[in-house]
Amino acid sequence: MSGESTYTPGNGLTRWLDDRLPVLRLVNDSFVDYPTPKNLNYWWTFGGILSMCLGIQIITGIILAMHYTPNVDLAFASVEHIMRDVNYGWLLRYIHANGASMFFIAVYIHMFRGLYYGSYKAPREVLWILGVLIYLLMMATAFFGYVLPWGQMSFWGATVITNLFGAIPIVGDPIREWLWGGFSVGNPTLNRFFSLHYLFPFLIAGVTILHVWALHVTGQNNPSGIEVKDPAKDTVKFTPYATVKDAFGMSVFLILFAYFVFYNPNGLGEAANYVEANPLQTPAHIVPEWYLLPFYAILRAVPDKLGGVLLMFAAIGVLFVLPWLDTSKVRSARFRPLYRQFFWIHLVVCIILGWCGAQLPSNVLFGSDTQIGIYDTRGEALEAVTTAAKEQGLSPEDDFKVEEHVEDNKLEFVASRVDFAFDVTDLSRILTIYYFLHFLVLFPVLGLVERPQSLPSSISESVLGKKAATAEA
Amino acid sequence: MADTHVEEPTRRDFLYVATGSFAAVGAAFAVWPLIDQMNPDASVLALASIEVDISNVPVGQQITAKWRGKPVFIRHRTEEEIKAAENVDVSSLPDPQTDAERLKKDPEGTLERPWLVVIGICTHLGCVPLSYAGEYDGWFCPCHGSVYDTSGRIRKGPAPLNLEVPPYEFLSDTKIKIG
Repeated sequence: MSGESTYTPGNGLTRWLDDRLPVLRLVNDSFVDYPTPKNLNYWWTFGGILSMCLGIQIITGIILAMHYTPNVDLAFASVEHIMRDVNYGWLLRYIHANGASMFFIAVYIHMFRGLYYGSYKAPREVLWILGVLIYLLMMATAFFGYVLPWGQMSFWGATVITNLFGAIPIVGDPIREWLWGGFSVGNPTLNRFFSLHYLFPFLIAGVTILHVWALHVTGQNNPSGIEVKDPAKDTVKFTPYATVKDAFGMSVFLILFAYFVFYNPNGLGEAANYVEANPLQTPAHIVPEWYLLPFYAILRAVPDKLGGVLLMFAAIGVLFVLPWLDTSKVRSARFRPLYRQFFWIHLVVCIILGWCGAQLPSNVLFGSDTQIGIYDTRGEALEAVTTAAKEQGLSPEDDFKVEEHVEDNKLEFVASRVDFAFDVTDLSRILTIYYFLHFLVLFPVLGLVERPQSLPSSISESVLGKKAATAEA
Repeated sequence: MADTHVEEPTRRDFLYVATGSFAAVGAAFAVWPLIDQMNPDASVLALASIEVDISNVPVGQQITAKWRGKPVFIRHRTEEEIKAAENVDVSSLPDPQTDAERLKKDPEGTLERPWLVVIGICTHLGCVPLSYAGEYDGWFCPCHGSVYDTSGRIRKGPAPLNLEVPPYEFLSDTKIKIG
């Protein structure tokens, strides 16, 4: 669709510039005269919304960096200084912190849009891969940024994530110390994370330029999933049509954004991060930010440390090869009756995986126990468990449990045999298996067995109906 | 110019390859300082050993020392805790180690049975376990539920290894040097 340039300089100055640096031509051809399919719906406004999010994060971030101090003794206080003393510091920080969440809301909608309408399929594989790369860079940036306030969640989140690399055989420990610049997360770690947090958004901006370039080479996909045939009938100009539609989408998105910033600024955060980092005490319950929870659930679903880490990265890695896993000849789920249903199942699975990531892994969802007895001390309860385990030939570790109860202000130890328990880990395992089945089995198989519905012959026809399209012709 | 079609590498080919290889090796050397600067620096390495006075830790209590930015638990175990740690079928453990293997001798050469010194970092993903908690009254990691006994050995949960015993020695009955 990146056809001949339609730009004609209007006056002497722009003609002079166009012969030396055709930047106005580039802008015109990319964002003014650029033809967009005329059936794009509001799910297509998230590209523009994401650019806006990146802009907001970079502007607020650069300003916050003017007031922030990346030192373990000063970082926490400097964030409080921003909140209390700096003029409008509270606003800038709340925009930046919630902006990260908004960015991820938008990117998830954008990605699932692509999954639904088959935007990753040929010839848009490179476009899709660049998008997954941006998503990875976003997660890294968000992780670095979350460490900077040097609260308890910052510190322990950084500890857990950097320890993932310790799972790599042989070179794991040296890599970890190299990442830390010490023997644990400390001042060198905070300093380099600040540096990288400043760098990565510009890498995102760079890959975004490639992403838009690739988009403008292949042209946009559209809800019907069929290619533009006659630009005169199937497309409209980017400006004013897409520009105004994007602007409206951004405005609605900003209302949601403003709700969080002004009415619920800490709703998506963790209270524990308002406690300064303490390397000697781990908070009772560590959870990552919401946008990483599904992957955290996959990590914890695997009983093996290295296996969990590999599977977690594979969950994102599988997206890179998705264009070659999908065997369907039809792009849009609109015309794929089976895939359409599995798309929604997969979406729900991802959301429940996220929920699992926020729970304690040992939380029993349903199960049944038989009580052995109630004891005054843990020792007595354990003794009873050991005796019962021996008698019944079971394992005292796996088949029994001792729980603390407070009854009438008195601490009791209840020993019981676990007959059946289905906990969060079990649920995460099932969903993790489904997550990979969806990509590795369903995508190749569905394309072969599914009978797609008949496609409209053109974008114009999909918008106007068959009759009107012929009448117009 | 007729001999440019000959398959034999020319003198010019050799020069290209040699120059390219030289540049690649040079670039690799130039990159190394950029990578190595991230490793622990001299000031971090200088804090590599500490001395701890353990004379005022009563039986049944523990102190936490900070060594290389990590917590080190120094636990003065009760007779009951020592017995619990010793009376375990070692072969049933995920990371088999006897209690004695995890302890050190004092300068006179007797095994200091009451003193357990371990790095207070869960071997799963690096959280600090809670002391005197969990089913064996050793340690319990709140992050992912690993349970350690009174010898700091992993008994239950996702952690693969026992709590690490740091390098340390008894300088006297009341002083240890970690690192």
